[in-house]
Amino acid sequence: MTVIRDLDKDKMVVAEGSYTVASAVKACKPNVISAYPITPQTHIVEDLSQFMADGEIPNCEYINVESEFSALSALVGSSAAGARCYSATTSQGLELMHEVLFNVSGMRLPVVMTIVNRAVSAPINIWNDHQDSISQRDTGWIQLYAEDTQEISDMTAQAFKIAEDKDILLPAMTCMDGFILSHVHEPVELLESDLVDEYLPSYEPEYVLDPKNPMSFGAFADPESYTEFRYLQQQSMDNAVKKIEDAATEFYDIFGRYYGGLIDEYETEDAEIIIMAMGSVIGTIKDAIDKLRDKGEKVGLLKIRSFRPFPVEAIRKAVKDAKVVVPIDKNISLGLNEGALCTETKACLYNTSINMPVVGFMIGHGGRDIRISTIESIVEQAKKVADSGIEVESQYADLKEEML
Amino acid sequence: MKSLLSSGHRGCAGCCDAMAAKFTLMAAGEDCIVINPTGCLEVMTTPYPESSWEVPWIHSLFENTAAVASGIEAALKAMGKMGDTKIIAMGGDGATLDIGMRAISGAFERGHDFTYVCIDNEAYMNTGVQRSGATPFGASTTTSPAGKVSIGNPRPKKNMPAIIAAHGAPYIATTSIGYPKDMIRKVKTAIDTEGPTYIHAHAPCTTGWGFDSSKTVEIAKLAVETALWPLYEMEDGDVTKVKKIMKPKPVEDYLKMQKRFKHLFTMEGGDDAIKKIQALADENIVKFGLQ
Ligand SMILES: Cc1ncc(C[n+]2csc(CCOP(=O)(O)OP(=O)(O)O)c2C)c(N)n1
Ligand SMILES: [Mg+2]
Repeated sequence: MTVIRDLDKDKMVVAEGSYTVASAVKACKPNVISAYPITPQTHIVEDLSQFMADGEIPNCEYINVESEFSALSALVGSSAAGARCYSATTSQGLELMHEVLFNVSGMRLPVVMTIVNRAVSAPINIWNDHQDSISQRDTGWIQLYAEDTQEISDMTAQAFKIAEDKDILLPAMTCMDGFILSHVHEPVELLESDLVDEYLPSYEPEYVLDPKNPMSFGAFADPESYTEFRYLQQQSMDNAVKKIEDAATEFYDIFGRYYGGLIDEYETEDAEIIIMAMGSVIGTIKDAIDKLRDKGEKVGLLKIRSFRPFPVEAIRKAVKDAKVVVPIDKNISLGLNEGALCTETKACLYNTSINMPVVGFMIGHGGRDIRISTIESIVEQAKKVADSGIEVESQYADLKEEML
Repeated sequence: MKSLLSSGHRGCAGCCDAMAAKFTLMAAGEDCIVINPTGCLEVMTTPYPESSWEVPWIHSLFENTAAVASGIEAALKAMGKMGDTKIIAMGGDGATLDIGMRAISGAFERGHDFTYVCIDNEAYMNTGVQRSGATPFGASTTTSPAGKVSIGNPRPKKNMPAIIAAHGAPYIATTSIGYPKDMIRKVKTAIDTEGPTYIHAHAPCTTGWGFDSSKTVEIAKLAVETALWPLYEMEDGDVTKVKKIMKPKPVEDYLKMQKRFKHLFTMEGGDDAIKKIQALADENIVKFGLQ
């Protein structure tokens, strides 16, 4: 199945990306929202605050916390008390939450949080890249990346469904590109509350803080038992591989919209060059591919929707017949000179019978514009790799040499 | 009365944290939810798969206890499950005066309905007796050791009740584990008062302070009897009640029983330090009208 959008023109409105997310959150009926403002996440929390002020989210408390650290910490308590919990943040705010992120996952609390992706300081920069969420990849959160505003809206409901599933019970981040998606106005169908009720069962956790049935949460585990807790977290990530696909198809059944589950493919069938990417750059790459296809270039795109769990099998299957794989990264692992998608794609092809060059390009850091021409030049370089092998394994595609 | 903190935990003989937790639960009863930061009390009561807690209990991190408490309160309110359930955070002095300050400030400013009990054993005991903002002047700890050019901790205790009072909390009280009835009454008043309330319980630590494990209560009483730890209650920012001490004892009576102050009696300049400590006690007598 590829992207399907059965959109009903009569139901469509022109809304800002942040508003579509806030509306989706409202439709998911959270019990506790706890967040701290930071650009470019602010519009989401402002819209939610207005919904609260207008009494539009029943049975819900909004906690105006004093920091991101407390935003997520409060949800540890709320979620353990049995509440459906939501937060949103980005960049510095997400980095400040680092310690709590591990804690939420380890305590198996299915909090959902929108990450409005932004570069990290220093130098301080409010524009988009993926360094913030990628830096949190080992914290035990499911990470999903959206391509456009309709997808991030719909992904919110999917994330609650996946996170709260009894076989998963892991928190989930839904990631949207800062400004590019959060501040853009586009025609969308806002999530409809009655359809969400049909899609998303109410959250009924088995274990809660309840004086009638006292339980202890957050005990310390010594070397006798710690490994098993970690193993079970990984097992739930493994379970999530299927649940993410299921959540996408069930969403399609009810709403008529589908964006892929773990991944989505565009023109990959006969592709010799397969570009991999996440987030809003998908749209730009698709346009570039359309142009290149007109010229007879066999280029395709593999969109990664789920970065955690990493869709190892789906990637192998999608790229196995290509000649070159080209991961595009809006992040860098300093000291390795690669983005995460590049490193992890190489890792998932190693030790298999698939033997093909993987060349990574880092692009669009700190919000630098990504042009179709840059994608075209990346494809040009990939073609050379297909013909004569790798010269440079990973590099910036948009570096201004003259500034160095 | 059935104890809601079962025996068999890993606390030291004569542990002050266990006493403070027990007294708090005696005041609260079964219908409560307890939040603990990382620290001695948390570690000693919940080695997985065991737990001493007969009430719902949660530990998240070292510095976020008040935020977790806020979240529990908000959740119960949102879901209409608050009823008469009391939300009680119990944190060490490090978790309270130092690393958890931001979250506490936020929770008190927002006015959540909960009670915060600080169990003040005057250092980071769980990690091996390092100084905290609650360590008194002159005490030797592993990070403020007495030495040839050091008389121990160079600063007096941070005045946490005053900081909480500045947040407009309706009820604040200091207490001591040496006075169980006083502590139980004050915790009860705190949890029965609507809004965020604060109890600061002085709690001598046998291991960290260096005294025999049979002396916990005696030392706790001496802190009060020397006026180094005044017992008072504050309502809406004003001190409304104090525990009088007719004949304050000299601070030496308290200091000489503890290894952490031993150097003050032997080293050069120790006399001056003891005089300074006596001056702190005298100040308390005047400030709170203890006599
Ligand atoms: C962020 C963080 N920093 C440091 C620690 C290490 N640590 C754990 S408990 C503790 C001291 C606890 O002191 P206190 O709050 O006074 O409680 P006590 O053990 O004395 O009762 C420290 C420093 C930690 N767990 N987390
Ligand atoms: Mg302490």
